[in-house]
Amino acid sequence: MNQFQYIVYIPLLPLLSFLLLGLFGKKLPGRISGFIGTLVLLAVTLLSVCVAYEYFFLDGKQDGVYKLLVPFKFTWLSFSPGLSIDMGITLDGISAMMLVVVSLVSLMVHLFSLDYMKGEPRFSVYYAFLSLFTFSMLGLVVATNIFQIYIFWELVGISSYLLIGFYYEKPSAVAAAKKAFIVTRFADLGFLVGILMLAFYAGSLDFETIMQTLRNGNSPQSLAITSASFLGFSALTWALVLVYAGGGGKSAMFPLHIWLPDAMEGPTPVSALIHAATMVVAGVYLVARLFPIFSFNNAALEVVTFIGTISALLAAIIACTQTDIKRVLAYSTMSQIGYMMLALGVSRYGGEHGLGYTASMFHLFTHAFFKSLLFLCAGAVIHFVHSNEMKDMGRLAKLMPLTHLCFLVACLSIAGVPPFSGFFSKEEILSAAYRHNKLVYGIGVFTAGLTAFYMFRLYFSVFWNKTNKEYHHHAHTGPMMKIALVCLALFSIVSGFVPFSKYISSDGVPFQVEAEWMQSLLPIAVAVLGILAAYILYFKESSRPEIIARNFGAIYRTAYRKFYIDELYLFVTKKIIFNGIGRPAAWIDRNIVDGTMNAIAKLTARLSNLIKGFQSGQLQAYVMYFFAGVAGLTLLIIYLWK
Amino acid sequence: MSQIPLSHILFVSTALFFIGMYGFFTRRNMITMLMSVELILNSVNINFVAFNKYLFPQKMEGLFFTLFIITIAAAEAAVAIAIIINLYRSHRSVDIEDADEMKY
Repeated sequence: MNQFQYIVYIPLLPLLSFLLLGLFGKKLPGRISGFIGTLVLLAVTLLSVCVAYEYFFLDGKQDGVYKLLVPFKFTWLSFSPGLSIDMGITLDGISAMMLVVVSLVSLMVHLFSLDYMKGEPRFSVYYAFLSLFTFSMLGLVVATNIFQIYIFWELVGISSYLLIGFYYEKPSAVAAAKKAFIVTRFADLGFLVGILMLAFYAGSLDFETIMQTLRNGNSPQSLAITSASFLGFSALTWALVLVYAGGGGKSAMFPLHIWLPDAMEGPTPVSALIHAATMVVAGVYLVARLFPIFSFNNAALEVVTFIGTISALLAAIIACTQTDIKRVLAYSTMSQIGYMMLALGVSRYGGEHGLGYTASMFHLFTHAFFKSLLFLCAGAVIHFVHSNEMKDMGRLAKLMPLTHLCFLVACLSIAGVPPFSGFFSKEEILSAAYRHNKLVYGIGVFTAGLTAFYMFRLYFSVFWNKTNKEYHHHAHTGPMMKIALVCLALFSIVSGFVPFSKYISSDGVPFQVEAEWMQSLLPIAVAVLGILAAYILYFKESSRPEIIARNFGAIYRTAYRKFYIDELYLFVTKKIIFNGIGRPAAWIDRNIVDGTMNAIAKLTARLSNLIKGFQSGQLQAYVMYFFAGVAGLTLLIIYLWK
Repeated sequence: MSQIPLSHILFVSTALFFIGMYGFFTRRNMITMLMSVELILNSVNINFVAFNKYLFPQKMEGLFFTLFIITIAAAEAAVAIAIIINLYRSHRSVDIEDADEMKY
């Protein structure tokens, strides 16, 4: 597959621009570094679109099946003849799709930031970090083996850390960056253990080899991993669940989601890129990448479904009560990723049964566009109002017509109103859930209603509501920002019409999804209901929301406090881990380990204090000692010689 | 005329040695200390000459050794006086007790 050789440049170009901007960015005047970064991304986007076109329409299909191609690969570290860590590039449906999504959204964010970050003293550093992130994300997407994914996974984590903590003068940003890094690191521990288990049993790190050996039920490796068991589950289940824990940490799945709302401390375009469109779906991508193995193990799939459903519902409920515009969006991201996970969980391998897989990837695709659009609009609004709080906003529809329009498109899309993109993907997810599990379907539909409600609550309170609101400082929306918003709005409208199941399916065989209009009536009705409720409550300034909040009392408070999950974490870490493990360990360290060393040092010091007087600096005293020594030795020799 | 016995000469050289020793220990002036060192060296010279004369009269090594020591003593005096002058420049004193920076 030599015609795909140029794909190597897709991850390498951002790396180059990272090095360039990171080393020399400070010397470049004005916004030059931003333009360099954006141009590089433009090239990457064009290449990605080329690759996707060639793969989907020209070379990818053999005998009607989309193959997994490895156009480029070299051995990076080899441990033993069978086991080595390779660096390479995998091309299949999902990686080609992800290449396009990541580079497109990244390009839009680069463009948007040109205006948004104007005047920032660390402008070039910001662009260097963005390039680093893009490089790592593209590397993650095209990984050929599970260890390469892990390496880029951590690189993505560190660039996310750097960007969340970009405003490092703010203590809250530093705390948020640390929280994100530590929580995801904790999850990655599970991921690493899972990788090691898979690699141990399959004898390889390579995706293709692992899948071939483990999917064949009669191979010795497959028998070994399914027969070994721990606490009633097979080693395969454990490995997959651990890998999923890593994915769940990155994708902010319950109960590891606590870092995502705090990560909103970073610059808003960063939230759009990393914490909405690309990095947080890495977990979904990981599960999809390993789906041939996941689909082999029902227990692991149940876990995926369960966690996804809970996350979707929980986040939607919390989002209804939050007042910070970016936090609402963060919880909605978590909720939508929950949808993707549950779609993967209800999917099975091959053909019609793989509808959930296709739906999940479809939702990932459309979500990337409308969610980054939402974030960028929020960025424009924050730029204008200089506040994140919804109570400081209102009546913006007249003042920012373009942003208003784009935000409305994105809201309709996420709420699942036809013909916007979110409708198609969500409908596909729900019908996949309907076929598999009615309870999950019910929760999914309910969550769809909640989604429509909280998105339009946000929309109405930001753009309508307060009729006499005045703004003093008008920061105007720059031309680059407008271009990015319009492009993303267009993508949000049209991306739903892509016949996804023709290109991406769990086994590579294209299939046809029959649209069941009867079934999609219910989600549409629920969405419209949610929008209506939001309209009644929030279109005009009124006291109705507060009355409802008061009537719900405890429930409202619990949701507002995010179900006390943060407090629970604090309780577990501060009270149990710190007091039960940390303090005794610190005591042992301080009193026993350090104590021994301190005692030895103190003894030496005391001894030297006793004898240091001999070194007086007085030459004649030294001569005296010397002479006394010689005399003593002489006497000794004279009397002992005999 | 009878010869002076060896023990007398050794007595003189021992006395000279300890006088030098005493001066080296008690004088605080560096020049005086240098003079005391010369005394010690000369007592050694007397020993060499005396042993050579009384025990091995047909040999010359002791005398040669003495000549070497005198030469080296001259060189040593030059070096020592140079050091003393430098110390005087930095400390404004030739008192050995003032040069005690190299202590604990």
